[in-house]
Amino acid sequence: MADLDALESELREAIAAASDEGALEAVRIAALGKKGSVSEQLKSLGAMSSEERKTAGPALNGLRDRIAEALAARKDVLKAEGIALRLKAEAVDITLPLRAGSLESGRIHPVSQVIDEITAIFGDLGFAVAEGPDVETDHYNFTALNFPVGHPAREMHDTFFFNPDENGDRLLLRTHTSPVQMRTMERQAPPIRIIAPGRTYRMDSDQTHTPMFHQVEGLVIDRSSHIGHLKWLLEAFCRAFFEVEKVEMRLRPSFFPFTEPSMEVDIRCRRVGNEVRIGEGDDWLEILGCGMVHPNVIRFAGLDPDVYQGFAFGMGIDRIAMLKYGMPDLRAFFDADIRWLSHYGFRPLDIPTLVGGLSA
Amino acid sequence: MKFTLSWVKEHLETGASIEAIGEALTRVGLEVEEIEDKAKALQAFTIARVLSAEQHPNADRLRVCMVDTGSGAPVQVVCGAPNARAGIKSVFSPPGTYIPGKDITLSVGTIRGVESHGMLCSAAELELSEDHDGIIELPEDAPVGVAYADWAGLADPVIDIAITPNRSDCLGVYGVARDLAAAGLGKLRDGAVAPVAGNGTCPVAVRFDFGDQPALSPAFGLRLIRGVRNGASPDWMQAKLRAIGLRPINALVDITNFLTYDRNRPLHVFDAAKVAGDLVVRRARAGESILALDGKTYALDETMCVIADDNGVESIAGIMGGEASGCSAETVDVLVESALWEPLAIAQAGRKLGINSDARYRFERGVDPAFMLPGLELATRLIVEICGGEPSDVVVAGAVPEPRLVIAFPISEVKRLAGIEPTIDEIRAVLSALGFTVSGDAPALTVGVPSWRPDIEGKADLVEEVIRILGIDRIPATPLPKSDDVTRPVLTLIQTRTRRAKRALAARGLVEAVTWSFVAKPVAAAFGGGAAGLSLANPISTDMSDMRPSLLPGLILAAQRNADRGTADGALFEVGQVFKGTLPEDQKIAATGVRRGTATVNGSGRHWQGAAKSVSVYDAKADALAVLEALGAQVDKFQIVPGAPSWFHPGRSGTIQLGPQTVIGWFGEFHPSTLEGLDVSGPLAGFELILDQLPTPRARPTRTKPPLEVQTFQPVTRDFAFVVDRAVEAGRILKAALTADKVLIVGATLFDVFEGTALGANKKSVAIEVTLRPTDRTLTDQEIEAVSARVVAQVSKATGAVLRT
Repeated sequence: MADLDALESELREAIAAASDEGALEAVRIAALGKKGSVSEQLKSLGAMSSEERKTAGPALNGLRDRIAEALAARKDVLKAEGIALRLKAEAVDITLPLRAGSLESGRIHPVSQVIDEITAIFGDLGFAVAEGPDVETDHYNFTALNFPVGHPAREMHDTFFFNPDENGDRLLLRTHTSPVQMRTMERQAPPIRIIAPGRTYRMDSDQTHTPMFHQVEGLVIDRSSHIGHLKWLLEAFCRAFFEVEKVEMRLRPSFFPFTEPSMEVDIRCRRVGNEVRIGEGDDWLEILGCGMVHPNVIRFAGLDPDVYQGFAFGMGIDRIAMLKYGMPDLRAFFDADIRWLSHYGFRPLDIPTLVGGLSA
Repeated sequence: MKFTLSWVKEHLETGASIEAIGEALTRVGLEVEEIEDKAKALQAFTIARVLSAEQHPNADRLRVCMVDTGSGAPVQVVCGAPNARAGIKSVFSPPGTYIPGKDITLSVGTIRGVESHGMLCSAAELELSEDHDGIIELPEDAPVGVAYADWAGLADPVIDIAITPNRSDCLGVYGVARDLAAAGLGKLRDGAVAPVAGNGTCPVAVRFDFGDQPALSPAFGLRLIRGVRNGASPDWMQAKLRAIGLRPINALVDITNFLTYDRNRPLHVFDAAKVAGDLVVRRARAGESILALDGKTYALDETMCVIADDNGVESIAGIMGGEASGCSAETVDVLVESALWEPLAIAQAGRKLGINSDARYRFERGVDPAFMLPGLELATRLIVEICGGEPSDVVVAGAVPEPRLVIAFPISEVKRLAGIEPTIDEIRAVLSALGFTVSGDAPALTVGVPSWRPDIEGKADLVEEVIRILGIDRIPATPLPKSDDVTRPVLTLIQTRTRRAKRALAARGLVEAVTWSFVAKPVAAAFGGGAAGLSLANPISTDMSDMRPSLLPGLILAAQRNADRGTADGALFEVGQVFKGTLPEDQKIAATGVRRGTATVNGSGRHWQGAAKSVSVYDAKADALAVLEALGAQVDKFQIVPGAPSWFHPGRSGTIQLGPQTVIGWFGEFHPSTLEGLDVSGPLAGFELILDQLPTPRARPTRTKPPLEVQTFQPVTRDFAFVVDRAVEAGRILKAALTADKVLIVGATLFDVFEGTALGANKKSVAIEVTLRPTDRTLTDQEIEAVSARVVAQVSKATGAVLRT
């Protein structure tokens, strides 16, 4: 038995000394393999008397089991050590910077974003989005909107004209989005609720004017809408658009050929640096023109102004974008400077909705 | 339109403050642009006495003055003015005062070693005149310590209001006073003018001579005043004119200017000694010209109305008088003209001549015809009062039109259009205060429009009058009735496509630009545009002369500008209108993108994972197809055909179409001549899709998607490498492979393209992977071999390819 104890301690030493799975396997074969030292001992059981076997059997089997166990335990240790070593070797520098993803560099222009915001608000109130061409006729841009013959806006110094055709008629670039009013009324019977965002053009180019800019027109025609509704609508719009709890508005009597009564709308605000705080302060900021659609315009559309009525408004999209988001210079809107667009632009998936917030 | 507080108070009995008046003006539609209150700005400047003035120890031209400011001990002031001497009274400003004429704020200073605690001021430093020769000298009785502006009568705020084109009646102070009175700010004084009796007929006759052409003047009044002395006008008149920025000239001219602003009644005065014969009001004749009062000579034509005598044209009617017959200090006999002119003719002539006079401004907007003769009487009264002289009778050519417009005004209109219901008495009071005649009773009033309101045409105008005077703030905000259903979608197909295209391109890393709708003519021509019909007659510059036929040039130029500013690897897109013709339907929506340098979808520039390659036709193709995918189109349904319009590189561009008649767009690199024409350098690649060209999806009764078919049998793949001519398009190889067995073959992808000398000249190797998917059982080797053979045969037949072995 002393031999067995010596063998066991010898094997245990060998197991502990095995530094990798290969060496351990060699120890296993040397001990438990066909000709292993333990296996040889076990073979000798056959030649023993039953008495001898009674003591030697359990001792030898015990030895074999303990060695197998020790081998398995050592194997687990060696495997874990091996994995640890491999993992250590596989480590990389995770601080290496990656390229910006396309979602990171792509941007939506503030004009598109603000049109989406405006559409979300008015869409919720049942306004469709109407469109009209940029290249307009004198009829839709002026005559049908009750502009008198000889009105200064009809002159070359205000309006872009194309060369006259053989009949002397000349097309023009629309000076406002209001022609869409008449085009819509011709296409569709009341009740009408539309907004018409789009490009407009005037012969202006200085610090605060560009020859091209964006407007949104609004038109409501039915049998009952009046200035009270207009007032509510504009207030509700401004609250939603500027994302404030309260706006204070001032409607001033004004003049447009295609509305009567006509009004200009100011909102109370306070300027803090390049920021405009809506609804506080002592400044009034003009943001739009509006009024009840002129009876002549309703008549032009083939409707009876004693039966049908409604209101229209027009607002500068670039202007309200500047007010909300603080761009200082209108001209930069059309310069396509990637530095400006990346700074003032919006992320591709910032899609304005009323449920998720316009600019959340 | 400018006037002073005291001026409006001459027509309006009121105790209202300047603030209340300013607020009321804006409320009734006469928007206050500025109230300039000199007294307020000069509040810190006080009257002081110079007690002593000693020579400055260190400077020859400076004096050290002790000044009594009226409060406390005398103050030491260093002063450089030559007239600073002991005993005089002047204007003093203490440290901390803002000096408008110098744009500085005073502080205690040490001048050449002597402390100075304030300043004695010149008129220029107070911005009261140009005089900066010395400090202001005030009379002995000026009270020391009192605010100078109050004592000097500068406390008359100047109000500047914006007048909308419809309110010509408020181009005179009297009209403004009328609106203020109606708004409850006071009582309008009677503006009626008693006629001045004439002595004998006017020796100069007036004749209209318009022949068979439309008359350009309805009426013309004239009178001679003999024996005037045309000196300076009185102080009160000069003060008014100066306050609103006019320069006093002489009494006769000042009187006409005063009445222009006081009553919206422009007048003209001729020196009778310089007028030969009678006056004829007629159209100018071609070739005629006049040296006008502004010292410039104007060429006239037959669209313009003039006043002529035997010497020729003496005045451009309603716009500006002539130098030859103008009044001077020597004028003794004066002819005073008060007339009416066709507004349209005035506007056109004024524009053509480029003259912006106060008279033109008023006559083209409208003056009160009924005040033509009272205006002449008022002018006579002022001339006789100020210059003396003896007036003749008035001679009138033509006839002053009588106001005739009477409006039946159901008072329910106020409620219908404005949403408020004032009482009939309120309505009556407002309209009467504004000078309308009001009769009748509910339900409808009969309203006569006054002669000075040419803007009032009907009921809606009367509603405006009522609400602007009662106050628009009285109208309660009323919620616009909302649909009682869930909000329905409002966007049209093209609107939705436009929005999606933008988001898709931004998600691919491109930055959205908004570029001008117009480009230079050669640029338009280079991109398929430049038609005469789309050329502006009056472009703002030659760079912006033609409507853009494509968004590509704007974006290519923008990419170059960005490169010049340091962003060489830029990717820009725009989704917007392009113009193919002049009709509304010729305006299309294009979605267009341009990448420059190495601005690929995966990034740009050098990087430790590998530098980005220069952009190529394939980047543009990927963007174009990504847009189509985002719009819900089935990308594999489109044909990709080599070649694109002339502005693209012919060998590195493609056309996306659904058939030869339905071209959706193009992609590619650009033709070197195109880039040279734009003066830009690459690498550049871009695409353009016309979104209107995409077919409208079929309307479906439900939104159900087709069921998912999952095959239970493993797909099998086989690789093939073909050698083909270099010119053979890979697309044809893939298409041929797919058609080899339409049931079993479900996919074919290309995984390698290789060119090398080993293949032979002008040859390439194309390797594809074909996927077979059994439907009902596992395929046998023989079946797979059979399909493979068909693939090889089909590809060879279609492209002349040889299987590489």
